[in-house]
Formats: sequence, C-alpha cells, structure tokens
Amino acid sequence: MSETATNFSDGVLAVDGTPLKRKLARAMFRSRLRAFGLVVPLLLMIVLAFLIPIVVFLTQAVYNNKFERYMPNVSPMLTQWDGASDPTEDMFAALVADLVITREDKNIGKVATRVNRELSGTRSLFTKSGRKAKNLEAPFKEALIDVDKKWANIATWQAMKVSSKSFTPAYLASAVDLKYGADGSISLNDPDRRIYIKLLLRTLQISVIVTLAGVILGYPVAFLLSTLPVRTSNLLLIMVLLPFWTSLLVRTTAWIAVLQGQGVLNDLFVVFGLAADDDRFSLIYNKTGTLIAMTHILLPFMILPLYSVMKTVPISYVRAAKSMGATNWTAFWRVYFPLTIPGIGAGGILVFILAISFYITPALVGGQSGTMISNVIDFHMRSSLNWSLAAALGSVLLVIVLFLYYLYDRIVGIDNMKLG
Amino acid sequence: MKIKALLLGAAATMVAMPTLAGELTVVSWGGAYTNSQVEAYQKPWMAATGNSVISTDYNGGLAEIKSQVEAGNVSWDLVDVELSDAVRGCDEGLLEPIDPSILPDGADGTPALDDFLPGTLFECAVANIVWSTIYAYDSSMMADGPTTIGDFFDLEKFAGKRGMRKGPKANLEMALAADGVASADIYDVLSTAEGVDRAFAKLDTIKDSVVWWEAGAQPPQLLADGEVAMTTAYNGRIFNAVAAENKPFEIVWDAQIYDLDLWVIPKGAPNKDLAMDFVAFSTATEQLAAQASYISYGPARKSSASLVGSFFDKPDLAMAPQMPTAPENFTTAIQNDFEFWADNQDELNERFNAWLAN
Repeated sequence: MSETATNFSDGVLAVDGTPLKRKLARAMFRSRLRAFGLVVPLLLMIVLAFLIPIVVFLTQAVYNNKFERYMPNVSPMLTQWDGASDPTEDMFAALVADLVITREDKNIGKVATRVNRELSGTRSLFTKSGRKAKNLEAPFKEALIDVDKKWANIATWQAMKVSSKSFTPAYLASAVDLKYGADGSISLNDPDRRIYIKLLLRTLQISVIVTLAGVILGYPVAFLLSTLPVRTSNLLLIMVLLPFWTSLLVRTTAWIAVLQGQGVLNDLFVVFGLAADDDRFSLIYNKTGTLIAMTHILLPFMILPLYSVMKTVPISYVRAAKSMGATNWTAFWRVYFPLTIPGIGAGGILVFILAISFYITPALVGGQSGTMISNVIDFHMRSSLNWSLAAALGSVLLVIVLFLYYLYDRIVGIDNMKLG
Repeated sequence: MKIKALLLGAAATMVAMPTLAGELTVVSWGGAYTNSQVEAYQKPWMAATGNSVISTDYNGGLAEIKSQVEAGNVSWDLVDVELSDAVRGCDEGLLEPIDPSILPDGADGTPALDDFLPGTLFECAVANIVWSTIYAYDSSMMADGPTTIGDFFDLEKFAGKRGMRKGPKANLEMALAADGVASADIYDVLSTAEGVDRAFAKLDTIKDSVVWWEAGAQPPQLLADGEVAMTTAYNGRIFNAVAAENKPFEIVWDAQIYDLDLWVIPKGAPNKDLAMDFVAFSTATEQLAAQASYISYGPARKSSASLVGSFFDKPDLAMAPQMPTAPENFTTAIQNDFEFWADNQDELNERFNAWLAN
C-alpha cells in the first residue's frame, strides 16, 4: 500500500492528500505560536512596565506644554510674533486675560517656572503681575509696564515665545551644550554653562577604565576558579559571591572607611613610610575613589561570565598545543585566549553598560571630579525639578549606548557573546 | 473538617481585630532633627490622640511631592520643607492651603497670628523652627580656632580641607561675606552679574580643598573622621554631636544664614485632617519649646522663648545661648532671601554645576 503518492506539481503528498510541504509549514507555525504564547506574558510585562514608561518619559525631552496649556490667549499670538518687533497692545491684553485665569486656577506657578528657565527673574515677575492682573484696565501695555518695567524688555517676550512652543528642541540642545534661541537659531552655550559634553566624556572614560581594570583583575580569578579542583574552587567562588550579595551601599561606605584621609590604607602608607603623616594620599572624594570603588563592585559581573565560559574550554587543548612544541605563552595566547573571548565580550559589555549608568557610588565617593552624567540627571530630577532636561540628558545617554552597542555588534558580533 | 476550622479561625481573627486608629505619614530630614521631632511632637501627639505616626526621611526638595501629586498617588501626609520649597510648591499648586485659624493661641494668651514670628505663616505652610547654616571646626585639632567667615576661606592661616553643602545656596552668600560685603547688602550684590562673579571667584580660592556634602548628617561625620578641618553645616546637627556625643566641635556664628523650616501638606494627602490636627498640635507653644530641648533650632513662636530650658540629657547645658536667634550669635546673621532663590536658583544651580565640573 503506497500511502504517499507523488504528484509532480505538488511534490510529496501526506496521508490525507495535502502537500507535505504545506503540512510541515502549518505544523511549524503552530509550534512557533505555542512558543510565542509562552513568551507573551514576559513580553507584555516588558512592554507595559518598561518600554512604554520610558518612551512616555523621554517624550518630555521634546514636549513641555506648561506654558501653552495655561496661557491659551497669548500663546498663538507669540507664535505669530517675529521675536524682534515691539509687542502690540493686543498681545498685552491677551497676556493680562491669561494672567487673571491662571492666577485663579493656581496654575501661575507652573507657567512662571517654565519661563524662568529661559530667563532668570521672570518667575517673580509673573507671580507679582498675576496678583495685580485683576485690577488692570486698558490700555494694558502701559498698565503692565507700570506694574514692572521688565515687561518692556524684549528679552522677557522672547523667553515667553520660546516657552510657548510645546514641541521644542531647546532641552535636547541644552543637553549637548547648545542654546536654542527665540528665532530658532542654534548656537554654542555660554562657556560657564557648558558641562554636559564634558561629563559625558568623563562618564565614558570612567566606564572604559573600569571595564579594562575588570578584565585585567577578573581574568586570573576566573581562570583559577575554572581550573582548580572542585573543593578549592567552590570556596573561592563563595568568596567572590558573598560580597556580590552584600548591599551596594554597605560596600561603598566600607570603601569610605578604607580610603579616607585618616583611613586604613593611608595609615598603612604612613607606617611603611610611603607617605608623610600630614600629606596623605587623597584616595576618596575624587575620580580615584570612584574608579576603585566601581571596579570592586562590578568585578563579580566580569568574573562570573568569564568563569562560565572558561569552564567549557577543555584544558586538553592547551596540553595538546604544548605537546606540539608551543611555549606556555604561545599555548595560552593562541589557543586558550581566543576561546575565552566570548566570555570577555559578555563580561565586558555587562560591566560597561552598568558602569555608564552608575549613580550611587559616584554620588557617595566621587566628590567633584568623580561625578558622572547620572548624578546630574538625578540632580535635575530631584532638586531643580527640570524633568524635561533630565529626560533630554537621558535620551542622549540612551542614544550613545545604543550606538556603542551597534559598534560592538559590528566589531565583535553579538552572536559571539556567550554566557556559558 | 480542617477547612472548616481554618475558616472559623480566620473569621474569629477578623472580628477580634480592633478598629484601626488613624495613621499619619510624617516626612522630615532624618538624623538628630527627626529624633527631636519624634520626642517633642510625635510621641505626645500619639499619646494624646491614640493615632500612630510613620516617620520617613528625605533630603529636601520638591521632587517627591511633585511626582506624587502629579501621579495622583500621594502617600505623604505631612512634610517638613525649607522656605523656598514651601513658597514654590504653593505657587505650583502642589500643596494644600492651611487656614491659620486652626492654630492654637500662645500659652500666654497671645493670638496665634501675633505669636508667630513675622514672616513665618504662609498660605500653604506653617513654620516650626528657625535654623541656620554655620561653619564648625574641631577645637581639639586647632589650638587657635577661626573666628570669622574670612578664616573659612583662608587656607594659609588654617590649613586643611573644607566641607561645603553641594549647591550654590548659602555658599555664595558666605563667599561674598568673606569678601567684605556687609550682611544687609549681600542679596543686592548677589543680584548683579558682577556680584555672582565675585562670589565664584572667592569660592575658586578654596575649590580644590573642598569636600562636598549633601545629607545633614555628613558634616559632623566628616569632622569626626578628620577628613575636613572646617565644614559648613546645619547648626543643630553640630550641636547634637557636641551635646549627645561629646565631640569637641565649635561653631562660628559669623555670617550665619538663617532660614525657616515649615510644615506643608501635599495636595490630595490621604489623611489631610489628621495632618492639620498634627500641625496645630506640634506648633503650639509647649511643643515648640520642647523640641528646642532636643536640638538647637529656634521655635517659630515668641511665647516659646521663655519656656526654652536646658538640653534634655544635661540639665546644666542651657539651650537658649545655642539658638541661632540668641543675641550674641545674631550680630552678622543673614536671612535667606527665598524670593531671590526662587527666581535665580535654576540659573545659579546650572552655573554652580558647571563651575564644579570644570
């Protein structure tokens, strides 16, 4: 009994007559659907709890409608105004009408804060004028200038024009040390307000140094862990993991006790004559402190991937190389090391991305020269409440990290990254 | 049978649970300051009303209040804030208005509006203490200690590192005072571009020797560790280190910058009425005077001054001379100008961050 007939146009047929290819495709589709169904809960959670909030927050970097929303009368006029000529009586009238409404709805503070970011001093100008706005009568131009001379200053109106534009590149410009003017021009910011590029470069530099130090310090430890007999290597593994499980804050403050001026390390240096008693090394509250503490905290992230990759490298390869006449160094460099590169890649990228966004350690031991971009983002989130600028800085950081990830993929290949 | 017993037990527990008393979340600055509030305000209030208080710490600023109010999910009922934050929060609609009629009269009968020091009652905030930013040094490390604000900036006469709060507030004013500006003119000079440049130039002279602190508990720790020779600090924290921990610290009151701390209620707080009740209770004459016996911050009521006694642990340590408002400490005091900072803090913060990073 032949159960599979062969039809030259359909190919091999299955028992019920449908082409085998189609049946196979359908079966594979169903199994892929089943696999996807297993992943859907996690995917939903990532999209809802991670992607969407990040996207919503990052839109704050380009969208700030605090002015336009609460000053509906004067905003369209500001959009049409050219930014150079004198403001008209109509604009003043619309402004007074808006001031009365926002004062009553208690929104004037939000508007005043927004404009104050463009031009210092306009906050009290708005709140003061808001209080008096109810009693003003036409002609409004003279009446408002009577309340405060700053209303005659064109810079005030230009600041309002910039603030009234809800979709604005102003924050992204500030995040890269540029200034977005009222006429739409982009120029370099004042030298005493330019810090973000410098901080970004410093952050990248610190992350690269920490990653390199992690590779240099972590490689021998991982090698030991993978080649020693089980008993000893288990003990060593516990010694690597125990600090890893200790709280980050506790480890950082322990470094403060060790590195500070009157701390353990400096006392040892004085005892051994390496430093004078009143001229101790300054190891903390600067970049050195940040580097030391961050390397220590991120080392397990380097050791563990390296260890798991090294465990899969058969040591017999090295022995085989030596049996064919290779020196110790050649056997290591040309046989063993290339096999562990995926581990270095995995550990390296993990440590680098963690280091770039590190916040607690630079905040505690960084002092002035060891602060990173995340500390400034935190400052704008918590202290100056300039969430739009914090979002803009976050977007710049995200773009940089994505670009570096793309570079890494091109050079090393992300498929070459193994975690064991 | 087993399930029945389980269900019966659960039901019995639910019935036996007493009706929960009110629970108030009070947020303050932590450390010795929160401790003084717990002893002087929270414990007596809990005893008097039977409610309980959850005490939380924060480091100042409006960010937490702003995010809670804007998300519509407020968990903080009562917050202790600086004056500039209180004014700014009220302007932005983040705080509940507090009616001054709920405040009790002074113990000597003065109506509340007259009893509170001038400039301490606001639309959304009620002041509780007067505190001050000063600088302190360890007298056991220096035989001849510094006496003026100029000494803080003098690295030759007094070697060693300095501690300063990370931010332009109080640091710019102290820099100008050390450069010779009179206390009454500080903010006039600071309002000009040349004044700001002058302040930063003075700060530049010590920039490399400064350790920057953010939490109120750090300066006494830095002094105790020997990490700094002198540091600016909140006066109450230094006092606490001296009185409770017997550290040999000395405070220099020259060019102190005094400010208010106030109670505010975030808009939409879940226990608003309990919070109002707590505000009225804690700003009564006796409670403010009691708080002054735990930490050296001045009460915001005039009638409390006469009730201020000695440190709770040491009967022979009188508190009155430790206050920022004591006459001998007050000669060159500068009042923090909140209007100036509300207007200019964005720009000056940016300038300060740039100065710090370069």
